[in-house]
Amino acid sequence: MISCSGVGKRYPGGLTALENVSCDIAAGEMVFITGHSGAGKSTLVRLIAAIERPTAGGIVVNGQNLAALRDNALPYLRRNLGLIFQDQKLLFDRNALENVLLPLAIVGTPPREATRRAQAALDKVGLLERARANPIALSGGEQQRLAIARAVVNRPAILLADEPTANLDEESAEHILGIFREFHQVGVTVLVATHAVPASAAGAREIRLARGGLAA
Amino acid sequence: MNAWLNQHRLAFRDAWRRLFAAPLGTLLSLVVIGIALTLPAAGWLLIDNLQRAASAAAGTQQISVFMALDADRKASDEIAARLKAAPPGTWRFVPRDEALKQLQGGARMADLIAGLPRNPLPDAFVIEPNDTAPAAMEALARTIGGWPKVAHVQLDAAWTKRFDALLRIGRLIVGLLATVFATGLVLATFNTIRLQILAHAAEIEVARLIGATDGWIRRPFAYYGALQGALGALLAIALLAAGKALLDPLVSELALLYGASFALRGVSATLALQLTLIGATLGWLGALLSVRMSLKG
Ligand SMILES: Nc1ncnc2c1ncn2[C@@H]1O[C@H](COP(=O)(O)OP(=O)(O)O)[C@@H](O)[C@H]1O
Ligand SMILES: [Mg+2]
Repeated sequence: MISCSGVGKRYPGGLTALENVSCDIAAGEMVFITGHSGAGKSTLVRLIAAIERPTAGGIVVNGQNLAALRDNALPYLRRNLGLIFQDQKLLFDRNALENVLLPLAIVGTPPREATRRAQAALDKVGLLERARANPIALSGGEQQRLAIARAVVNRPAILLADEPTANLDEESAEHILGIFREFHQVGVTVLVATHAVPASAAGAREIRLARGGLAA
Repeated sequence: MNAWLNQHRLAFRDAWRRLFAAPLGTLLSLVVIGIALTLPAAGWLLIDNLQRAASAAAGTQQISVFMALDADRKASDEIAARLKAAPPGTWRFVPRDEALKQLQGGARMADLIAGLPRNPLPDAFVIEPNDTAPAAMEALARTIGGWPKVAHVQLDAAWTKRFDALLRIGRLIVGLLATVFATGLVLATFNTIRLQILAHAAEIEVARLIGATDGWIRRPFAYYGALQGALGALLAIALLAAGKALLDPLVSELALLYGASFALRGVSATLALQLTLIGATLGWLGALLSVRMSLKG
């Protein structure tokens, strides 16, 4: 589903964030990308989502070679990815439901069906009763779950989450991991970048990064 | 196809909402756009009305042809034959005797003329040409002026020609004015949309990241520009109608003074539609330019 071979990323200014990273993630797998802060986890996530381009190596996502992807094909690749950003990127000028409606509006879902699906997504993350709340009024865990609802509402084949449990108490973190596990169980490929794998997920597959390279 | 329609419907609804989200700013933009459309349209209407007033005031346009005083009846018959062969319109022969009798009809003139030794008037023709365009009238007068024994050809509405030239200059000025104001409208929309884009920067960023195409991002702004332009045009139409209502009584009073029946012509349905389309198109153009430039970086 996702395959990186010899991937490197050198940011302008000379800093090498990733060097010679190779990995294969099969469809339906649930994988954690771990490493200390600054190890390059976010960079790897951004490269897979084609938000940035690698300076070395190649990445294939969902059968598409990102290096060969034209700019106007990018939106269609992104629609197959459920992206959960480290800073969530929720919109505070609209309520929770309207935040979840955005990806549906982008693909042109009919309004009635869109509302139904957005509500289902909110229900899935346990936020249905907060549908009319502004995200600013939600707790950290609730905001994170809202970000998940927005990422999954288009039923993507791949879920990419960057530090989804950072700054959350253990209970909230467990709640969110539980949601990811449910998606994994119905066949979604789940990729979670986190500085520490929670105890409950011990034994799951891990890709360890250390200072930009794969750790042993 | 269905998805495409939905995207457009949503973009339109979004644009509509954004217009009402900041009513004061929208109102200001509408006034600017409305005035930018009103001024050239008013100029255009002014010229249209002046032209109609001129042709109403000129009445039937005539050419008078006076024969030389020493011309005999045979010379006049020759001219009549030529006019009969290729009539430029309706024409009438006025023999010198009849002309004199007409003059004597006026009470005070009768005494004066009675004292004259002989009829001082020549034979004459009065022609009402079919083609009353100034240029055609001019050409006809020149042709007839070259015919034998014709002493003088008088264009009864020669001033309409000069007036016509004036109107042409007026039309040119209105055209230039329209260009300037159209540019202003595009720039005003450009700036409004630039501010809109800044206000929606977060939404644009997120939409991009989750799979929005450039077209999807452009769409609500383009609709916003077009809607704003169209609404500005409606305002312009209302202003023009108000202006006409204000001027109507004055004009009919003036027309009455000259014994003419003349009423101002306001914004026709066609002109209203044209103005709306022009407003929408220019707004759309300004929006598109703005989005193109803002989203490039
Ligand atoms: N946009 C950027 N420009 C320059 N350097 C960056 C940028 N993003 C990340 N880096 C650097 O790349 C390294 C890896 O960062 P990141 O991928 O964010 O690590 P992590 O997510 O594991 O904490 C860090 O040293 C960071 O400072
Ligand atoms: Mg990070």
